[in-house]
Amino acid sequence: MLKNSIEDIENQFEIIQILNEEGEIVNKEEMPDLSDDDLKELMRRMVYTRVLDQRSIALNRQGRLGFYAPTAGQEASQLGSQFAIEKEDYLLPAYRDVPQLIWQGLPLSKAFLFSRGHFKGNQMPEGVNAMSPQIIIGAQYIQAAGVGLGLKKRGEKAIAITYTGDGGASQGDFYEGINFAGAYKANNVFVVQNNQFAISVPVEKQSAANTVAQKSVAAGIPGVRVDGMDVLAVYKAVRDARERAINGEGPSLIETVTYRYGPHTMAGDDPTRYRTEELDDEWEKKDPLIRFRKYLEAKGLWSEEEENKTIETAKEEIKAAIKEADGVEKQKVTDLISIMHEELPANLKEQMEEYKEKESK
Amino acid sequence: MAQMTMIQAITDAMRTELKNDENVLVFGEDVGQNGGVFRATEGLQKEYGEDRVFDTPLAESGIIGLSVGLSTQGFRPVPEIQFFGFVYEAMDAINGQAARMRYRSGGTKNIPITIRSPFGGGVHTPELHADSLEGLIAQQPGVRVVIPSTPYDAKGLLISSIRNNDPVVYLEHMKLYRSFRGEVPEEEYTVDLDKADIKREGSDITLIAYGAMVHSALKAADELEKEGINAEVIDLRTVSPVDYDTIIESVKKTNRVVMIQEAQRQAGIGGQVMSEIQERAILHLEAPVLRVTAPDTVYPFTAAEEVWLPDHQDIIEKAKQAINF
Repeated sequence: MLKNSIEDIENQFEIIQILNEEGEIVNKEEMPDLSDDDLKELMRRMVYTRVLDQRSIALNRQGRLGFYAPTAGQEASQLGSQFAIEKEDYLLPAYRDVPQLIWQGLPLSKAFLFSRGHFKGNQMPEGVNAMSPQIIIGAQYIQAAGVGLGLKKRGEKAIAITYTGDGGASQGDFYEGINFAGAYKANNVFVVQNNQFAISVPVEKQSAANTVAQKSVAAGIPGVRVDGMDVLAVYKAVRDARERAINGEGPSLIETVTYRYGPHTMAGDDPTRYRTEELDDEWEKKDPLIRFRKYLEAKGLWSEEEENKTIETAKEEIKAAIKEADGVEKQKVTDLISIMHEELPANLKEQMEEYKEKESK
Repeated sequence: MAQMTMIQAITDAMRTELKNDENVLVFGEDVGQNGGVFRATEGLQKEYGEDRVFDTPLAESGIIGLSVGLSTQGFRPVPEIQFFGFVYEAMDAINGQAARMRYRSGGTKNIPITIRSPFGGGVHTPELHADSLEGLIAQQPGVRVVIPSTPYDAKGLLISSIRNNDPVVYLEHMKLYRSFRGEVPEEEYTVDLDKADIKREGSDITLIAYGAMVHSALKAADELEKEGINAEVIDLRTVSPVDYDTIIESVKKTNRVVMIQEAQRQAGIGGQVMSEIQERAILHLEAPVLRVTAPDTVYPFTAAEEVWLPDHQDIIEKAKQAINF
């Protein structure tokens, strides 16, 4: 009894890498089918998103943005996975996953409105199949199973992709999500961005399991652990998982091993309380942009000029988007009342009148 | 017109909507082949197939979260929480998620989910099967709480709930499932949400109740009649939001009110209704608004439930207090 070897299970989940820290392809068989233009676009998006992160942090400090969860370090994990999905797919992000939403089609100005809590930031444009970023850890996982089951019932060749972190993998909804999706063979791709810390608690303290990917075994679905600083490995894992799902083979769980350089959020978290400088340095050597830049430069696909052009474009677009967000009419209580139900029930009708009166003064 | 029990009326409502709208899905623990532990979904899987009437893995948060996801694809989920005492497992999925989805989409997404669940005491269930937890949901904006007390209302309210584009928690008192039959049209019809119903007209006092307590109030009204007290009985039917127009109109006529709920006294529907009455109609009151509730303890499964649950005698006593004030 109890003779199963956990080690044997865990050994099946070694980290898969395609592009190493030196920018060399180390795993040719897994090399994804991406054109030169695709590769350049991936780089452009990573650079752009790094700038967006720096600008968002600055804007937050100036009081011009509200809630913000920094993204630097996780670009390969976030953008490689988003690049692998299609417009018809459905995205259920967590609060740090705003970049995926933006590249899926949410205008920057709306992302800023979301940060400020304005309801217009929650209105997805036509054709963007997504929910607003989820705040409750793990809730998006079980909702994703529902979206995936819905897509399957509709016979759509599309998937629902959702994200959580290493901390999220401890939550009940995480297991319920992968278990329900597995039981229904739903059209799902589940991503866990293991960035090593759930606010301050290190991944080692989350579970006796040494990988998140092995949790797929309990749900009876395939799992894979990839280098989350390697945009090619992340892309390939998600692309393969998507292919499986649209072919009716069911959901998969992908653990991307990554690192968040910044604080948990801009609301007062101080990473020096729980991380060492040595650890930060160690991870910064694995930086997703540095290695991908090296790889593209060697192929003659990227230059300092292109990098600078991308940075300038990002800065200009961010500036314009903030201006646009600033121009949106302030949210009123009557706006809020009007979006609570399809039709106002009697209590809210009364309160609507009360607030209309108040707002007219 | 057919004579149906409340559970038959509930099944009939689901059958009607499964037939009317191919987007309606019925699911939960044991609802498929087994037809539900109370047989509320009896025969539905056979009639409409496993694609539309199906079993779920055993996880309440999962069942409601799944419903939120399904609704993004244009489905109208009718999930069952097997006993409402299990709702604690799904509190985030209901109050934190489903109820907030319209807000969280800036008013752009419909969340047409109708969560059905048996609740209520007096049928000797184990712990956490009988509790009246409607107040937990009623406190949350964005979700309705509907509680029928008759087979006729049960069918019409369930059809209205399923057709509504906002989430509804639809609670079925277990004691009413099979305790009596009532007239229920075989054809489809709706009963308006957010509208209370006067189950008995009267002029001396207003008894406000919902769920099984409506029947205790009616029994009390019959007894009071023998003593020359003519009681009006209002069935709230939707307990969130409450239909104050019907209540206030009645109060203006009778000038006396007893609020009755099976739930514990603290922080419930009753307290809310009473405070609205005094705020809206204090000058019409000849006595304080009194209430009949269970005590502020947890629900005592089986052993003490008969003495714990409020009954018609408690209502008669309070009504007399109000009359003699």
